Parts: sequence; C-alpha cells; structure tokens
Amino acid sequence: MTVSRFTRRNEAIQDIISFSLDGQPASACAGDTVAAALLAHDSAAFRHTGIHSSPRTPFCMMGICFDCLVTIDGVQNQQACMITVTVGMDIRRQAGFRKLEGRS
Amino acid sequence: MKNLIVIGAGPAGMSAAATAARGGAKVLLLDEQPHPGGQIFRNITRNRNTLPHLGPDYAKGLEQAEALQHPNLTCRFGSTVWRIDDGRAKDGPRVAYSQNGKSQSVAARHVLIATGAQERPTPFPGWTLPGVMPAGAAQILMKSSDLIPREAILAGTGPLLYLIAAQMIDAGTPPLALVETQTSSMMARALSKMPRAMIDRQQVFKGLSLLRKIQKAGVRRYTAAQEFRARPQGDGLTFTFTSKGKEHVLHCALLLCHQGIVPSTNLTRSAGIPHQWNVTQLCWQPTHDDDGRTDRPGLWVAGDGAGIFGADAACAQGVITANAILCALDDLSPDIARHINAHALNRRFRADALRPFLDAAYAPAPEFLSPVDETILCRCEEITAGQVRVAASNGAEGPRQMKTATRAGMGPCQGRMCDLSVTTTLAAHSGRHPTDLGPHRARSPCKPVTLGELSRLDLGD
Repeated sequence: MTVSRFTRRNEAIQDIISFSLDGQPASACAGDTVAAALLAHDSAAFRHTGIHSSPRTPFCMMGICFDCLVTIDGVQNQQACMITVTVGMDIRRQAGFRKLEGRS
Repeated sequence: MKNLIVIGAGPAGMSAAATAARGGAKVLLLDEQPHPGGQIFRNITRNRNTLPHLGPDYAKGLEQAEALQHPNLTCRFGSTVWRIDDGRAKDGPRVAYSQNGKSQSVAARHVLIATGAQERPTPFPGWTLPGVMPAGAAQILMKSSDLIPREAILAGTGPLLYLIAAQMIDAGTPPLALVETQTSSMMARALSKMPRAMIDRQQVFKGLSLLRKIQKAGVRRYTAAQEFRARPQGDGLTFTFTSKGKEHVLHCALLLCHQGIVPSTNLTRSAGIPHQWNVTQLCWQPTHDDDGRTDRPGLWVAGDGAGIFGADAACAQGVITANAILCALDDLSPDIARHINAHALNRRFRADALRPFLDAAYAPAPEFLSPVDETILCRCEEITAGQVRVAASNGAEGPRQMKTATRAGMGPCQGRMCDLSVTTTLAAHSGRHPTDLGPHRARSPCKPVTLGELSRLDLGD
C-alpha cells in the first residue's frame, strides 16, 4: 500500500471508526469526510476518468470540482469531499463513467 | 414565510444572518457543509481552540459562529442550493435546495447570496495528476481533519501561500519549498499602493511576520517562477519550473498551487443577476450597489462572492447588507441603515485598504490565464487549451459556441473549474476583451440533482 500524502497531526485524541475500502477493512477519524479518510489512508487515485482513463485524486475539497467521485454504499458518483464517513460505510474507487444500474 | 434566506454560512453569511435575526427578521440560513464557518472558518465549532497552528485569525470565527444561536434564525446545514428565482417569479423570491437526498423550494421576501470564493483554477501541464491540489484545498484538510501536507511544495502567488506555509511550520511539517510566480517588478509597482494599505497596518505586519517565520524555518524560496510542469514519479511528483532563467527540478508528494481567489458565481449567474469583468482581479463578479442590492427584485449579494475583499471585509459587508434588508422589510429609507452601519462601514473601509496592494503584488501569472496548448483546461471533459484555440479559429467565438464545439464546461462541475480559463484563453487568442465575450451562462440545477429527487420536489409554502 502506498503512503499517504498527509500526516495526521494528532490522531490520539480522535475517535477511530472503521469502514470498508474496495472490500478491505480501513479506518478513519470520526468527522472525516470520505475524501479526507481516503487521502489519509494512502496516496492512490480515487477514480480514473471516463474519457482518457486518467487517474485523479480530490482537488478542491469544497464540493465544486467533482474530481473526488467514488461509489458509496452502492451509489455511484458521490462527492467524497461532501460526505462524512460513517461506521461500516462501503466505499469503492471508480473506473470510468458511471455504469447504468443493473448492467455491467 | 421567512423574511430572509441567506445562502452560505461563511463570514458574510454568518454576520448577515445574525444581524438580520437580531433585528427581528425570520431568517433561514443554508449551507452545504455540516457546520458553519465557510471555508475560511471551516470546522471552527468543532475545533474551537485545539488547532493553535492555524493562528489567531482562524480562532476569531468562533464568535461569529456562536452568534448564530438566535430564536429568529433557523440553520440548515448539509443543504445544497440548486436554484434561485427572483421576486418576479410566482411567490418569489424562491430558493430550491437539497438536504439528505430530498429537495424543497422555499419562498422568502429577500434572498442574500453569500456563496464566497473559490481558488482561481491554475491550469498547467500536469495539474490534473494525483497529488496536485489547490493550496486552499490542503488547508481545508488541515481544518477539517487535522491532516498536514507531507513533502509538499507550495507554488503560485498570493498571501494565502504565506499563511499556509506558516501554519505548516507551526504544525511541525514545513513545506519543502515555496515557489512564487510574482516578479520583483510587480512588487515594485505594488509599492505605490502601500500608503493606503497602511490604514490596515495590522494586516501588513501580519504578512511581514509570516515571511519572517518562513525565512527563519529555512524554507527554500524561489520567485519569478515560470513554466510550471508536473510529472508523475513513483507515488509522488516531479515539479519543474524556471526561476530567473534557470531550470529547477524538485520532487514532492504534494504540489499545492494557488493563484488567488475569485468569486463563486454559478448561483448568481444562474439567478440572472448581471455580472461585470473585474479588470484588476481578472474575474467576473455580480453587479450590485454599495448595500449589496442587485437589479433582480429581492436578490442581494455580500462577501467575496460579490467581489474579492477578504474575510474581514465580508464580515462587515454582511452587517451592512443585513441592515439594508431590514430597512427594506420595514419600508424604511435605506439612508437609515447608513447611520446604523457606521461601525461596519468603518471596518469595511479598513479591511478594503490592503486589497489594491495585494491585487498588484500577487496578480495571476499570464501562463495560467492562457496556458500552453497541451494543458487541460476543462478537467471534467479533458479539453486542452489547444483544442479551445482550434475551436476558436474555426469560429467558436464565445463561451456558448465553445461549449457546443468542444464540451469544455459541460461536465459535472458545470464549468466551475474551467470557465474563467476558457474565457481568458479565448480573450488572449482572439484579442477580444472578456466583457465582449460575456460570462458563461449558468443554469439550474446548479448542482446535480437526481430526476427522482426532482420529481418529489416539496414546494412547501
């Protein structure tokens, strides 16, 4: 696993919660957005674009750029920077455009 | 019916909502984030004083956030506004917003749009790579999750870079380097604005103390930097640029870019408010009078979303606009507000004093306004500056034709990350002024809403 581009300044005082990232157990601090949780976890891309399949990580962190799109609890194209991570959340990185429901 | 809906709980929105509520108006305050503060005071109510490295100016936001506790004021956080209708609409003005996957449309006598600023997009070859971010975005992670950038380079221009560098130093993780695009001749020209800036000498001294801290920490500093380029290298990045004619190659995990901030105008444009090109700050801003009144009945603007003056001025403007709205609610002459506003007007005058200096010293560098051909301008549709220029040469004269010809600005961000770059690239290519090109048209829904949610829209009162 790649090392995060960020360090948590003071992890000890935070409540740790667990979630699932691409089916693997992972943890975050309570109050983290999904984007913060994934950025603190590793340095990998959140998604690959639909047009040129280029890798992206979150950009604006304030809900305007739509680069942080991930699949959360089965719903595709969710803005990771605008959603707070919760216990047991199922987060998956995305490849390409969203798929039509019920099709592969 | 509410007397006033305030959109945005940053410095302007918070002070306006609290002032109007104290003045007797029934106020609804909407914001996308789960807590008040906007981006500048993001997460202040949860952090309180636990993050001392963010500095005293951040801590000031707590008082403003706490003033939102008022029986006349209803706060709805996690609410994304996607449509505004002005007073000419049936039961208008109206605001439609989405909260927890449900949308509703609410009427009010007045609507104040205080949606603040965003960082100016900084297109250069490699700016879409993982690990390249706006500097302010990294600062949001510092405020919202206590995450500190690791092996980071701060690159670009503007006082925000100094503040973030100082905050990283105080957090014990200084940046690897500070790479600045402004030149010594820009600084020399800006010095003529310094006498006026000294009206707000506290801010000038604050800036100087940030620079001393950066110097003392031994952070490498480059100025007059040009020809930004980022390439992936392992898990990190290689960042190349020239400074005073010499090429530099640096390695980092994070490249944090910044070229100043610009008003977020998607909502004001979609509401039909006229916009004008700010020739100094090189961006669009909604046209409004001194009180924040627009030409659309019932619609007002305040804070950096109405024109960039910074958080202090935004806070003062929130008070001024709220008092003008209170006068309008009670059919009082707007002149009365000027007497009540004496303190806020004085504060705004002081807070505005530094801006001409900052605008001159830290103007955006030309290479981000009209980037080299290979640079992606539209991140969503992956359209390059070269494609925009080819389309322009083939007859796509304005932003509207550019959308049709290239799809630039038609992805999920709805042009927020590229419409300014498309405008400045097009203007430089065709030799026309942005005013002749006109702003991009923005339309509701201003943020994506599912058809299911739209079909269940609650029209309320």
